[in-house]
Amino acid sequence: MILWQTLRFAVGGLAANKVRSALTMLGVLIGVASVILLLAVGNGSSVAVKDSITSLGTNALTVSAGSAAGGSRAASSVKRLTVADAKALASDADAASAIKSVAPVVTTSGTALYGNISYSPGSIVGTYPAYFETANQKVAHGEYFTNDDVLGSRKVAVLGATTAKQLFDTADPVGKTVVLGGTPFTVVGVLQAKGGSGFTDPDDVVIAPLPTVQNAFTGFGPVNQILVQAASADTTTAAQSEITRVLLGTHAIADPSKADFRITNQASLLTARESTTKTFTVLLGAVAAISLLVGGIGITNIMLVTVTERTREIGIRKALGAPRAVILGQFLTESTLLSVIGAGLGVAAGMVGSHFSIVGIKPVVIPESVLGAFGIAVAIGLFFGSYPANRAASLRPIDALRHE
Amino acid sequence: MRHVIDKRVPAAPVPVIRIRRLTKSYGHGYATVHALRGPDDPETGEPQGVSLDIEQGDFVAVMGSSGSGKSTLMNILGCLDVPTSGRYLLDGVDVGHLDEQQLSLVRNRKIGFVFQSFNLIPRTTALAQVELPLAYAGVRAAERRRRALAALSLVGLGERSGHRPNQLSGGQQQRVAVARALVTAPAMLLADEPTGNLDSRSTEEVLALIDGLNTTGRTVVLITHEDEVARHAKRVLRLVDGQIVSDVRQAPVDGPPPALRDLGVPA
Repeated sequence: MILWQTLRFAVGGLAANKVRSALTMLGVLIGVASVILLLAVGNGSSVAVKDSITSLGTNALTVSAGSAAGGSRAASSVKRLTVADAKALASDADAASAIKSVAPVVTTSGTALYGNISYSPGSIVGTYPAYFETANQKVAHGEYFTNDDVLGSRKVAVLGATTAKQLFDTADPVGKTVVLGGTPFTVVGVLQAKGGSGFTDPDDVVIAPLPTVQNAFTGFGPVNQILVQAASADTTTAAQSEITRVLLGTHAIADPSKADFRITNQASLLTARESTTKTFTVLLGAVAAISLLVGGIGITNIMLVTVTERTREIGIRKALGAPRAVILGQFLTESTLLSVIGAGLGVAAGMVGSHFSIVGIKPVVIPESVLGAFGIAVAIGLFFGSYPANRAASLRPIDALRHE
Repeated sequence: MRHVIDKRVPAAPVPVIRIRRLTKSYGHGYATVHALRGPDDPETGEPQGVSLDIEQGDFVAVMGSSGSGKSTLMNILGCLDVPTSGRYLLDGVDVGHLDEQQLSLVRNRKIGFVFQSFNLIPRTTALAQVELPLAYAGVRAAERRRRALAALSLVGLGERSGHRPNQLSGGQQQRVAVARALVTAPAMLLADEPTGNLDSRSTEEVLALIDGLNTTGRTVVLITHEDEVARHAKRVLRLVDGQIVSDVRQAPVDGPPPALRDLGVPA
């Protein structure tokens, strides 16, 4: 009936104790802001991990040598992965197969020379052109090397963004010649920067045709990895079993549990990492929720003080015929107003705060957390305000009037 | 002007207040204190309780020293407190059977309070103070404002409707309280030592207001310990130790209050 009046009285009541109201709101503000911000940090780190993993390509499966069980393996019995294995997998890749493309990979290191600049790139990779798509490496400038380059063992290379910057600075590397381990390579392309998170910079790389690298560095022995691209993200499991079947065949192993190779799935890596960051986010959220709860207790505390202070006023209102519901409504409105304003400012603070990167993580605000934190704060205001308000409303008028 | 406030025609002569064998005690066992006891039963020695009728349009002063039970009586009459035993009929309604919700309605519609310590709500303008009982009664804003302004001008504070209690003198605050008490046109005005905190000039102003209200037919119950104040009443009750020890009629119920009659105001 007198909603407007109630609201006016509530504002008046809060304004009467500005510092106290402000401090109570600050409690809620900090609670809401920390919920939003900490969840945003957790989410941000999860997004960062996800990005760095998807940047490797979610369809990619990595086959590497070694026992799947990781247990004892006699050196003599271990068969390393070879180009022949890769070819066997590739020959299996037809229309019906879950395998889309295969790229054997050798990784080595060495020094690159250009003019009088000497630089050691993070890794020198020898592979097939399929590698670029599978590993999600895109050329920003210039060309990929081709299957012809592989077949002809041509001395061409594609540089990672970091390597290109180190060797050429602002100059255009394409067409220039870089000496790698004594062999001159012609730069045909520069990769897009992926931006790294973690210890290794994925842009600090030189990619060249497999036989060229084998010739210049590693020799024509086993390869380090075979990178397999599944037809789609959904068929990675199918691709995985296909790889197992083919390689068990080529390695002549009957028991799958004795396989001498490992298949790593980017998607499963992603899931594992995601569950880790989820735990992290939940922990952060729990800490923030506690601070929100503390803010709520602050409201109860201050409302109890307010009710005690205004007992006499409550008595007067009751003597004038204020029904219980009106008194209850008035104090509930006050506590809810505290929490609504506090939560609103908290949302603002959280949004502003999320624009800054925190301990190296760029927070990504979860929209649900904003609504959730705001809603919970308002509910807390109602819930924690209801005890003092109820106390006020159930005061006997005579006791309230006599209160000093 | 007064007709704006009170359009109520006095009803059939049902007593506004009828209390029967009313007692109020605090504490238990040996520590029991009977704030209202009435005469003792000659056979059992138990308190029989206070019985009292107050007619429509009467102006009753309840006198007594502190501890005599007059404030207890006033609180019970005002439905602020409940008696330990006995019946209380206000306007023919047994108050003892009402729940909290109905009691607040009774306080709102039937009783206007004036307290010794004014009891205005802090930080609230005079107009809002007077509007408050109307707001609780569910009166619409425009009507509320009109009636509150009328009540304020009746007590001579029409100019000060925007002032807060801390901007008003004691006498003015009490006049705001009187305006607030009469704005709902209650059956009865209950005044608990209304002049106890006022200087003599303000006392006269407030008593003149109360006299005026009684002249228009409003029942007034006034608690005081000053004879000067009791002189304004048509009937004076004296309480000692929770018993009515004397009941003196100073003027007829349907005439003007004595103070106005002395000034020559016709009935």
